[in-house]
Amino acid sequence: MMTLNASKIEPNPIRHADVYRNDWDSFVANQSRNGSASDRAHELRRVGWEEFNRIGFPINRRGNELWKYTDLRQIDRMPFRFGAPSSGISLEAIAKMVPLPREWQNVVFVDGVRDPSIADSGSQSDGLTLRDVTAYEQLGALAGCESNAFVSLNSAFLDDGLMVDIDHDVESIKPLHVVFVSTGSDLGQRAVYPRIAVSVGRGSHATLIETHVSMADGSHLSVPVVEISMGQQSTLRHYRVQLDGEDSYHFATTRVKQGEDSRYRSTSFSMGSSIGRHDVLTMLDGEHAESTLHGVYMTTNRQHQDFEISTTHSVPHGTSDQYYKGILSGRSRAVFSGKITVERGAQKTDANQKDLNLLLSHGAEVDTKPSLEIYADDVKCAHGATAGHVDEDTLFYLQSRGVDYDTAQAMLIRGFAAEILDEIEDELLRTFLEDKLDELMPALQQASDTIGTA
Amino acid sequence: MTTQDRLTISRESKLDDAGYKWGFSTDVEMELAPKGLNEQIVQLISSKKNEPEWLLDWRLKAFDYWRKLHREDSEPRWAKLRYPEIDYQDIYYYAAPKSFDDAPKSLDEVDPEMLETFDKLGIPLHERERLAGVAVDAVFDSVSVATTYGEQLEERGIIFCSFSEAVQNHPELIKKYLGSVVPYTDNFFAALNSAVFSDGSFAYIPPGVRCPVELMTYFRINTEGSGQFERTLIVADEGAYVSYLEGCTAPIRRTSQLHAAVVELVALDRGEIKYSTIQNWYPGTKDGEGGVYNFVTKRGMTGDDAKISWTQVETGSAITWKYPSVILRGDNSVGEFYSVALANNYQQADTGTKMIHIGKNTKSTIVSKGISAGHGENTYRGGVKILPGAENATNHTQCDSLLVGDQCGAHTVPYIEVRNPTARLEHEASTSKVSDEQLFYLMSRGISEEDAHHMIITGWSRDVIKELPFEFALEAGQLLKVSLEGAVG
Repeated sequence: MMTLNASKIEPNPIRHADVYRNDWDSFVANQSRNGSASDRAHELRRVGWEEFNRIGFPINRRGNELWKYTDLRQIDRMPFRFGAPSSGISLEAIAKMVPLPREWQNVVFVDGVRDPSIADSGSQSDGLTLRDVTAYEQLGALAGCESNAFVSLNSAFLDDGLMVDIDHDVESIKPLHVVFVSTGSDLGQRAVYPRIAVSVGRGSHATLIETHVSMADGSHLSVPVVEISMGQQSTLRHYRVQLDGEDSYHFATTRVKQGEDSRYRSTSFSMGSSIGRHDVLTMLDGEHAESTLHGVYMTTNRQHQDFEISTTHSVPHGTSDQYYKGILSGRSRAVFSGKITVERGAQKTDANQKDLNLLLSHGAEVDTKPSLEIYADDVKCAHGATAGHVDEDTLFYLQSRGVDYDTAQAMLIRGFAAEILDEIEDELLRTFLEDKLDELMPALQQASDTIGTA
Repeated sequence: MTTQDRLTISRESKLDDAGYKWGFSTDVEMELAPKGLNEQIVQLISSKKNEPEWLLDWRLKAFDYWRKLHREDSEPRWAKLRYPEIDYQDIYYYAAPKSFDDAPKSLDEVDPEMLETFDKLGIPLHERERLAGVAVDAVFDSVSVATTYGEQLEERGIIFCSFSEAVQNHPELIKKYLGSVVPYTDNFFAALNSAVFSDGSFAYIPPGVRCPVELMTYFRINTEGSGQFERTLIVADEGAYVSYLEGCTAPIRRTSQLHAAVVELVALDRGEIKYSTIQNWYPGTKDGEGGVYNFVTKRGMTGDDAKISWTQVETGSAITWKYPSVILRGDNSVGEFYSVALANNYQQADTGTKMIHIGKNTKSTIVSKGISAGHGENTYRGGVKILPGAENATNHTQCDSLLVGDQCGAHTVPYIEVRNPTARLEHEASTSKVSDEQLFYLMSRGISEEDAHHMIITGWSRDVIKELPFEFALEAGQLLKVSLEGAVG
């Protein structure tokens, strides 16, 4: 007789349903002709399509907590096309945008397809095998559909993708760098749905760098899904760099399942896209697992970035830390929605959650919602959030030491981001991202009108 | 109420848990309108109260709006609460003690049995309680019983009376302020209340006047199957000050009772309202049967340099859905929210506040303490909104949760929306349990485990309790102790 008074989220008819359907029909017809993919992959495509077709994009936000602050009507209005032929691009052109050093093992996807004309640069490491994701026997176990429009879309259009298989007890391997490049299309707005599955064997330690860049002039849609499964005592260092174009749309999902004594540490750096969204869910399923989710986001002009960061402790002795920092200028908007769930019985959990924001201009908006859901009594959970602007006294201090206003301002902004950037152990990557922040600095400062006003 | 009803109730009272000492019911002859909600009922309530045309119109508009929401299935479901669907046609919307048709002129005329009820509740209704310095307006089911201390307030031009009386005697004030902070379109339960509210309290403090006593309303639901829909409106004119106390109890009933109140506070320029609540509605049995469903909309609005402060101790109700809020419209105005909410046995509380900063240099403080015990579920849900014009607004929020036992839940859901870069906001929260070290320390000094628990919990809640007026603070401490019985030790 007790009913959960849960919100009923109503499905939305997809405006360009016929476009998506035609693309999907020809996609699956093609796949059947090739006949290479597993039954599991075929099934996932079918279920994904049915689910997306049923629920549509979550444009009706009333009562829909997950999309409270992000309006998707413009996504629904555009017919994003799957499978448009790629305009082709050279490795040199890509290397101008992102580092592809020999110290890393680089894999490049152009428009969602692992382009055979661009050889994987860097040498293959022992203990690490790359395969088609469709051959993965656990495919979709962490990200099937779950009434999520974007995960469903990704499942529906599941292509080769990338399966990263790391053997047991692999101690030192090169960082694996997976680059997703989007190019323009004559067919209209392009959509890509890449998927990476990572399996880290027991006792192994690995580094994954995931980079998204665009070389397209117009808008495109990018919906990546990453599934990570971690064995006992394994460690994964995951860096995520989102540099999509300012007219593009980026809806990413990362799901991590952690075994006993495993450590997952991620640092994300988000600067791109018109509307960007990243859903992260880490599940601490083994005792003494550790999850660290850190990130920095920067928004200018009319950009909109949304982070849905979730950690679930289902067993005792887990440790987790969510820490995000935002720098907002212009008329941009950022959303942080953090959630820590401590399930019944997950005693001795130690969880932290923090979101700090620096607002540089009138017109910018931040909506932050750090939430806790706790069903165990012997736990330590704390969370916090702040919003503010650059401190006038600090600025004055610097100026009184002869640092000019603009430089002082930039120093303070850089200092705010540094806390997150400094924890990037890979020096090449850290330098690259520091340079990216410096490139953005004029745009951040130009639109700023509040530094030192209080 | 029929004799049979009475017998049933007294039997139930014996059956139920002894922990809830306010669970007696009172044998007073009641006048009941038929169960169910329709336009006729709204009209009946209005005509019973001899209301002017405009108020009836307002009620009917509210009813129309509610009906629309009900039709569209727009009952709010975002709160973390589980309860069976409410059948709005299975509720008495009007229940008045019969002897009230010829309203009492003084306390002597009040039904002695009812006075005894209030005596049991410890309400200072009589002369002797004047020493306590509290002016009381007691609301029994939906009708205001008596107001004490009237004359002394009158001298200063302070109006403190039942809502119905205010409609008769001060229609201009009611017309001006009713719905000005909580319009009937505000939400499902506010619309319902606006359509069928039967009574409540009204207070008006004239410009520059500091109300010399604490004003108090005591609410009590008595009739089985009745809803209580009271409406409170407090206006502190420019430079005025008032401290207002609200207490609530209900008898033990097997079935659940619906309570959907609306409280509107208006603090004009430099005005200040301090509003304290002890909510002790019947929480249901240990197994989660019965209890009050408490869906309350409370909101205040400030003028320049004004201040509104909410303090609440919530120990009762099976379901609590309540977010006392402040719209900080005036420049330099201040909003405060101090709350202790306890959910024991199968109680569920989803409560918090909303601070909406509109004016410049506005400041808000939120201190929330949630205690979960037994199978209780306690959620803090709070909103802080800084609108673009709110230059230099500040907010500090602290919400702490304490879990007693491993079958309960404590949740924190803050919403922080900042649209002005000069704002400064801080939110911090922690979750903990009573530490074994603290318990051991106290017990090693000869204090029993149960007392030690209470000492620690009371100390942990101190930041909120100390905001209450003295007598209320004592009561709150006792209430926490009684409400936690069986959960600790």
